[in-house]
Amino acid sequence: MITLESLTKRYGEATVVDAVSLTVERNSITVIVGTSGSGKSTLLRMINRLVEPTSGRVLLDGRDTRAEPAHLLRRRIGYVIQGNGLFPHRTVAENIATVPRLLGWDSQRIAARVRELLEVFQLDPAQYADALPHQLSGGQQQRVGVARALAAGAAVLLMDEPFGALDPIIRAKAQDDLLDIQRRYGTTVVLVTHDMEEAFRLGTRVAVMSQGRVLQYDRPAVLLTHPADSFVSRMTGFADRAMRLLSLTTAAEAAVPGAAEGPAVPGSASLREVLSELVWSGAESATVLNADGTPRGRLTVAAILARGRP
Amino acid sequence: MPRPATLVRLAALALLLAFLAVPQRFAPLFAPLTQYGAPPIYDQGNLALLALAQLGTVCLAAAASTVVAVGLAILVTREIGAQFLPLSRTLVHVGQTFPPVAVLAVAVPLVGFGEKPTLIALFAYGLLPIFENTLVGLRTCPPAVLEAASGMGLGARERLLSVELPLALPLILEGVRLSLVINVGTATIGSTVAAKGLGEVIIAGLLSSNTAFILQGGLVTGLMAILLYDGLVALERRLLRPVSLD
Repeated sequence: MITLESLTKRYGEATVVDAVSLTVERNSITVIVGTSGSGKSTLLRMINRLVEPTSGRVLLDGRDTRAEPAHLLRRRIGYVIQGNGLFPHRTVAENIATVPRLLGWDSQRIAARVRELLEVFQLDPAQYADALPHQLSGGQQQRVGVARALAAGAAVLLMDEPFGALDPIIRAKAQDDLLDIQRRYGTTVVLVTHDMEEAFRLGTRVAVMSQGRVLQYDRPAVLLTHPADSFVSRMTGFADRAMRLLSLTTAAEAAVPGAAEGPAVPGSASLREVLSELVWSGAESATVLNADGTPRGRLTVAAILARGRP
Repeated sequence: MPRPATLVRLAALALLLAFLAVPQRFAPLFAPLTQYGAPPIYDQGNLALLALAQLGTVCLAAAASTVVAVGLAILVTREIGAQFLPLSRTLVHVGQTFPPVAVLAVAVPLVGFGEKPTLIALFAYGLLPIFENTLVGLRTCPPAVLEAASGMGLGARERLLSVELPLALPLILEGVRLSLVINVGTATIGSTVAAKGLGEVIIAGLLSSNTAFILQGGLVTGLMAILLYDGLVALERRLLRPVSLD
């Protein structure tokens, strides 16, 4: 659990982060979203002390982060940045081994861990362990960046616009991978982005920041149905809010028992995708399938529309 | 099949070694350049030993320049040393612009004749390329890489040793190479203050109006510089991993 207590950063006269207090639950993804210059990156960088706060404090599992030297603290906290910052002169395996080496793991343990991570991140060790970063595609480099951040088993992962440099298709894949990884390792993730779509897709909770302040910090659905003010409402996409709300629920969650005459959709699809399918096919209801392909239940247009209202 | 350029270099190396091993065999080539029956090949000392002595002096000076220049560049790129940048730059530039001959003149009364004043002159003359190249190398490390290094918990020393210096290494080596090559030629002036070297041959030629001597000293020095440069380039290619900083 990460607790920020009235965290403030001033550079001269300018207040970049203004008395931000919030709690990040263990084993969740918190997304900090805001326009550029909102102070979101500075807020993130105060958690691992790349930026020292002017006032206020950060507690990691109840312990003040200033209780130990900054570089030792950072070895326990994964950090991923846009453009990934891989060491260009080190192989993929050496990059991933960075923090375990700093922590003095023996070489066998490091090799086993590197291998495990490469496999989890779908990079064939035989092919990629000894490759240099520039020999990898953008998506692969990004995955190595995350693998490197998690190498020493960090319980907390800070990510600053981690998918900013990826094209849309690879970005969607990277987001799915992050969700998988987060579930697999139970990591507590704090992610900064300016992309509301990304925030809604990934965030257990989303903090909307503007001019150094957190305007609202809540579950995505609450941001849509009860925006704190007009800025949050504009950020979350006022005109699109019904569709956004639909995209937060999966077909499996909303399905009711019964048979349907319309198209079959996977349970993992969002209601927004199911609605789109129904509009396209002209059917009144869709059959929702389980992961194994057996029917789970049905969804009618009316039932979907009802979920798009607060 | 080696490339033509490699063949030319190997031929030049063979020629140099042959000349240094058995210079008298080349006497007929140089004879037309002499007058009044003067010896066509330098006979007051062993050419190979003089060449080696010159190379040794140059390498020793380059080693000292490297230690000082790289050390200075590291210092001025740290937060605590940033204010020394203008001073360091001035010192290094003075080292380059102050003529080595003048350095010799100043150094001889202090340290006496022989190798020492030459070492001092070459050391000062060789600082600039190494310092400037190291500075550029350290300053152009990609910011994202440095940020990631700090973010993962590398301390200042670890960051310098395992990220910054390795990334700057190609440029540092280039600086060392330039410094070495410049000084192979410059070292000949050391002979004016009794340092062992090929300058002896050239000076002997000048004193006795023997063009053959002047040419021998100059050619051997020039060939050494060219071959040293090429050899170091080849060595760097072998040692360094191809790295892209994009």
